[in-house]
Amino acid sequence: MPNMLSQLEPIFRDILDNSRLNLTRESNASNVAGWDSLAHINLISAIEQQFGIGFTLGELQELKNVGEMIDLMERKLAIR
Amino acid sequence: MRISSTAVETLIRQRKSLRRELLERPNLLQVRVAILGGSTTNEVADFLEVLLLDKGIQPIFYQSAYNRYFEEAVIDPSQLINFRPDIVYVYTSSANIQNFPPLDASESDFSEYASAERARFAAIWNAIHDRLGCLVVQNNFELPSYRILGNFDCVSPGGQARFINRANDEFAREASLRPKLFINDLNSIAATIGLARFHDAKRWFAYKLISTPEGSLAIAKSVAAIIGSIYGRSHKCLVLDLDNTVWGGVIGDDGPDNIAIGKETAQAEAYTAFQEYCLRLRERGVILAVCSKNSEPLAKQGFDHPDSVLRLSDFSCFKANWEPKTENLKSIATELNIGLDSLVFVDDNPAEREFVSSQLPEVTVPNVGDDIVNFISVLEEGRYFETIALSREDLDRARQYETNTLRLQEQSQFASYEDYLDSLDMVAEIAPLRPVYFDRVAQLINKTNQFNLTSKRYTFADIEQIASDESYITLYAKLTDKFGDSGLISVIIGRKERRSLHVDLWLMSCRVIKRDVELAMLDSLVAICQQHDVTEIYGYYIRSEKNDMVSDHYAKLRFECINGNDDQRSVWRLVLTADYVRRNRHIKELVGAEHVVSVGTHLSRYPR
Repeated sequence: MPNMLSQLEPIFRDILDNSRLNLTRESNASNVAGWDSLAHINLISAIEQQFGIGFTLGELQELKNVGEMIDLMERKLAIR
Repeated sequence: MRISSTAVETLIRQRKSLRRELLERPNLLQVRVAILGGSTTNEVADFLEVLLLDKGIQPIFYQSAYNRYFEEAVIDPSQLINFRPDIVYVYTSSANIQNFPPLDASESDFSEYASAERARFAAIWNAIHDRLGCLVVQNNFELPSYRILGNFDCVSPGGQARFINRANDEFAREASLRPKLFINDLNSIAATIGLARFHDAKRWFAYKLISTPEGSLAIAKSVAAIIGSIYGRSHKCLVLDLDNTVWGGVIGDDGPDNIAIGKETAQAEAYTAFQEYCLRLRERGVILAVCSKNSEPLAKQGFDHPDSVLRLSDFSCFKANWEPKTENLKSIATELNIGLDSLVFVDDNPAEREFVSSQLPEVTVPNVGDDIVNFISVLEEGRYFETIALSREDLDRARQYETNTLRLQEQSQFASYEDYLDSLDMVAEIAPLRPVYFDRVAQLINKTNQFNLTSKRYTFADIEQIASDESYITLYAKLTDKFGDSGLISVIIGRKERRSLHVDLWLMSCRVIKRDVELAMLDSLVAICQQHDVTEIYGYYIRSEKNDMVSDHYAKLRFECINGNDDQRSVWRLVLTADYVRRNRHIKELVGAEHVVSVGTHLSRYPR
């Protein structure tokens, strides 16, 4: 599976309108500029749409950073 | 990229960069929009912003605190008042219905619950009307995601589906009585997408969003169409290709008798349905035109086909020849006196569509595909011809363009233009603005771009206020001639400062250009000024993208230029003297008490 981080980065760059953003597993709403609650909604919508997966309500609440999101996505994509 | 046809996924990802690009366009009209939300409003506001920017309107938003739509309008409106909105958008949904009738409700309970719900919203509309006087766009209610009573839900007085239908009807009645209340038909928007694709329980619980992104975009498109229509950005003319667009087949190859139209085949029926759709647009005021690569006599025979719904006389402009379509579209715009950006061009041929949209980006070219069955839904989705009300002018418009063609034919028979003007038997009604015309005046002010000296925009509320303010002198003109009634076609707003009058606004509809209406207006303006002891009239010309035709307006009226070094803006003065000689010689003017009875009068009452 190609590096998930490199697939997510362009989505984050588009939605946060920051072409120089370097996404890491540690990135989260408090250390990435512009990642506010509305951007969060857009990020989730775009990721769900692009990868054809859906996060449950519980999962959405528990995600602490991009790393956790990637782990969750990989689990979902593996059992598909 | 055309924002209106961009996929929702792309819009979500590219919104911020699109927004940046669109903000760089010149001449954006700023409109202040307050959104009072019964749920999260940001997503719709974000979509609405780029959609409006694409129409040349830059919205400045205020968004209420979450679910404080009632409080911020009725109980503590200070923030709303401070924001000074042009438009308040009440973004509510079925989630905001306070009390549904209980399952065991009687018919009279049902009615009481419906009245209570209406009264709660009426309190919002009243508060906005009294404190702000601005326009209100109000969502009606979408059907719920489940029906506890199944099909009986739309029958039982305790059914939520039935209650929502009733509430929507109550809103419609209110809107028909309140000229400043416009309904955004959330019910139809959700139904068009499909309730299953509109509702999204996860987004509701996680973010308090009422819909999927697709739903939010559809809502935003609808509201953008309403706001665009308020500010005159709706399209005016549907331009149709012929072969395989209004009939099946190629008339030049197949012959006029063999085109597919009528009820004989499935395909013919589909073309008939599309013609019926075009005819209905025409009846509500959309102008129809033809732009086709064809021989003209042969092309016209297509409309003599016994099964043709459209007749040749339904078209206000007919271009069938072998010139590039771009040239014909330009001639259509010129002959109808409308901008290229008022045209929507429908053609089944992707190469022609591509050619027109690349060469004439102002013209809207929806991607209708090449299958006739989809044409109507594509046009509907674009909401190109959105209207906020159906005025007498709209219903008469197609006919007015027709009579303009008659006038042009007549013109060629006269030795001089003066003789021609006399032959028209023109009668004008010129008087200060009054309430019965505020709607039409607001419409005209916000969509007249060419004959418009300052391009100042005024809302309905501004007009109401100005008309009752003694420091303003206002005039409207209506014009009739032997071919018909052109309706209210010109407006002047002048502001008095001691003994001077400053003409902040002077505009005229292009359908009566070169008819000397401006001379008659000047005569009336001078007469009123003299009654008010005004001794000088100051005129202003502010250049816009489209008003070049009036750059010499005041020079022609023999005003003296007192500040003309600036190409973008000039100031002109007319000193009033007792021996002012009336300029208008071709239009009979109605004066005094006749105004009251003259609405809709025709020339027979004023024999020459």
